[in-house]
Amino acid sequence: MSEIIQQFQQTIASAQAEKRALRIRGGGSKDFYAVRLDGDVIDTRAYSGIVEYEPTELVFTARAGTPLRDVEATLAEQGQMLAFEPPHFGTEATFGGCIAAGFSGPRRAYLGSARDFVLGVRLLNSAGEDLRFGGQVMKNVAGYDLSRLLTGSFGTLGLILEASVKVLPIPETEQTLRLEMNETQAIETMNRCAGQPLPLSATCFVDKSLYIRLSGAASAVAAAQKHLGGEPVDSGPFWQSVREHTHPFFAETQAQWRLSIKSTTAPLDLGPTLIEWNGSLRWISGDGELDTINGSARNCGGYATLFRRAGEADAIQRLQPGMLALQRKIKQAMDPAGIFGPRRLHDGF
Amino acid sequence: MGKPDDFPAETVKPLISKAELVERLLAVLPTESLLHDREELKPFECDGLSAYRQIPLAVALPETEGQIRAVLKICHEGRVPVVFRGAGTGLSGGALPYEHGLLLGLSKLKRILEVDPQARMARVQPGVRNAAISEAAAPHGLYYAPDPSSQIACSIGGNVAENSGGVHCLKYGLTVNNIMKVRFVTIDGELLEIGSDGLDSPGYDLLALITGSEGLLGVVTEITVKLLPSPVKAQVVLAAFDDVAKAGQAVADIIGARIIPAGLEMMDKKATGAVEQFIGAGYPLDAAAILLCESDGTEEEVASEVARMTEVLKAAGATQVRVSSNEAERLKFWAGRKSAFPAVGRILPDYFCMDGTIPRKQLPKVLKRISELEETFNLQCANVFHAGDGNLHPLIMFDANDEDQLHRAEKYGAAILELCVEVGGTITGEHGVGIEKINQMCVQFRTAELNTFHAIKHVFDEHGLLNPGKAVPTLQRCAEFGAMHVHRGEEKFPDLPRF
Repeated sequence: MSEIIQQFQQTIASAQAEKRALRIRGGGSKDFYAVRLDGDVIDTRAYSGIVEYEPTELVFTARAGTPLRDVEATLAEQGQMLAFEPPHFGTEATFGGCIAAGFSGPRRAYLGSARDFVLGVRLLNSAGEDLRFGGQVMKNVAGYDLSRLLTGSFGTLGLILEASVKVLPIPETEQTLRLEMNETQAIETMNRCAGQPLPLSATCFVDKSLYIRLSGAASAVAAAQKHLGGEPVDSGPFWQSVREHTHPFFAETQAQWRLSIKSTTAPLDLGPTLIEWNGSLRWISGDGELDTINGSARNCGGYATLFRRAGEADAIQRLQPGMLALQRKIKQAMDPAGIFGPRRLHDGF
Repeated sequence: MGKPDDFPAETVKPLISKAELVERLLAVLPTESLLHDREELKPFECDGLSAYRQIPLAVALPETEGQIRAVLKICHEGRVPVVFRGAGTGLSGGALPYEHGLLLGLSKLKRILEVDPQARMARVQPGVRNAAISEAAAPHGLYYAPDPSSQIACSIGGNVAENSGGVHCLKYGLTVNNIMKVRFVTIDGELLEIGSDGLDSPGYDLLALITGSEGLLGVVTEITVKLLPSPVKAQVVLAAFDDVAKAGQAVADIIGARIIPAGLEMMDKKATGAVEQFIGAGYPLDAAAILLCESDGTEEEVASEVARMTEVLKAAGATQVRVSSNEAERLKFWAGRKSAFPAVGRILPDYFCMDGTIPRKQLPKVLKRISELEETFNLQCANVFHAGDGNLHPLIMFDANDEDQLHRAEKYGAAILELCVEVGGTITGEHGVGIEKINQMCVQFRTAELNTFHAIKHVFDEHGLLNPGKAVPTLQRCAEFGAMHVHRGEEKFPDLPRF
């Protein structure tokens, strides 16, 4: 494996020397998420395999190129899971790509996001240096939290070689309930339920129905089911379709917007909507201008992302001027020559 | 008492005199918000790490965000070092002042600005006490989860700066997992909003970066925290073991049985002995170690989990297993754990509370080594341990009036931290590096990693005015400390001149 790291280091060194852009890529399942995809590909899939996994430590460490499906299968054999339910968005998704993208699925509002579960990373920086931040322990406040900064940075700050994440047991029982209601009622219900001690693990409103997933001890799930009512539905396929965007809602050919906003925000009336995370995540289909939609999201305490689109775009997110300047400086501090994924996330850098 | 031998207080010299600084600060602060007489400054000479003391140049106690920005601008222009202080309960000397620096206290910003029960969040000022947030949320059936043991006194701003944990963080996470948004002021007085009212924010995760940055990158002036529904019920199981290794294995067995306890604490015989004398929590005194294993949630969840916990603990060889029969008994079991520090403080006047975190499987080895080191340094050490997340709190007892004891205690602490790194852990799980563990950072991190930290620091604070010399050591300091992390035989600090 050290030869592969050396190859990566050589590639980085020559890119530095020639001022050539590099694009860090696993299975390419998140290629759609970019302002631009510039640079020669460094394929991380050669650097693959589980580094360390002891179920009773609740810590899992693997190399970037390890297929995400293999990671999940290995954990499942031990009755454990990646509790942030990362979307794969394709069969080729890798573990490194999962951390670099930082996406989280339906369970996020209840157990935490990708960045919440990241404990440590091993990184090649733009000078090809092999660095370690964080570690394989649950709590670690030594030094700045670079591991979480790198989560969701889409390979623009360095090449994640390995990552360690906290894993959790798969719940004993899961049950999904469907309740018919309108969007306003659904938002109100999701928020009300989230404020009660119920074993919630996912909520979704789509097609005039609110879906609520309960997870935990069988007796606790049964008690909550009795309290909530509704019609039991098959848990697996529905949440899989929400997580992977294979639900018919996402089949629209138009642009797909992701709005991360205050959970109690009333219906936005911006287009067909699928709601997750107690109301704080709204998927909206339809054409529109980034500034307009982001403006609506900002008014509700959040922001918008042009998550998927048909053609070109000069931006997928807008940052406030002070924040944009600070993020640019962080990019420059980590990657002074700007070789890693230039303009992947922002037009300017 | 004093300062660590080579405390780098003199690394930043202000461009302006104390008189000039005071004059400029008085133009932006009410008179009562600026202390500069020696007598007034005395209470600020140390934080919770009282072995190290230094009187600051002056203390500013602003009342508004606008005043904070103005004060920082003045310090930036005058190149005056700044140390932030919340409630001053920190255990690593992060709020230890500088002789030539300003101490900026946030204690006057103590308003809870908003509790939004529907959206389950609260917006608070940095000086608000941790426990006050849960108290304000309680009427709505909500609470703020991170509960550092100092929660009745420590402030939320300090919690953000240190990324504080607590006994419930295995299940509910640390500060970084429970805050949504902050207003953040940089050394040049610029204001940024980081995070959002949603569950994430665009671009790089700066909320994670500044959480736990120990006052080196800026200061938070407002925090939006996440509130959780209060559990209907909580019950704690107390298990006694005749062997520390068995107790350690029991912890692994609990996790292996797919249980994530709300709290999972271990205390060794020395700690339980001290506690029993102090408050009488009812711990079995003949046990080599005890475990406190808490379940919380709905009635059904707790009933099911407590039954499983009891079964696992018995199978792991517990000599005694007791389940709290009511809330009073549950609180009594916890009272012992929560009073472990003051109880130990009654045996000898001073103690260092170490904070290493290790992979749990290394527990028997590490505890054995800590016990051997007691003889090496001729000092006593009691162990309390957030067993669920591998966070050790060895309490090294000494008398700081005896210079030699203080010196031996420092060495003992350093040896424990280096042991934690050696077994794959970290020097600090939740208390921060501050000044206390600055040298051990050189053991945990290599040159290129420290350089990355310095590059990040430079982005926020190019003149190095915020808490200089703490949390992240200079390469120079590590070279002088001389206990470098040797990784695969790489040469250390190839870029530093040697004389």
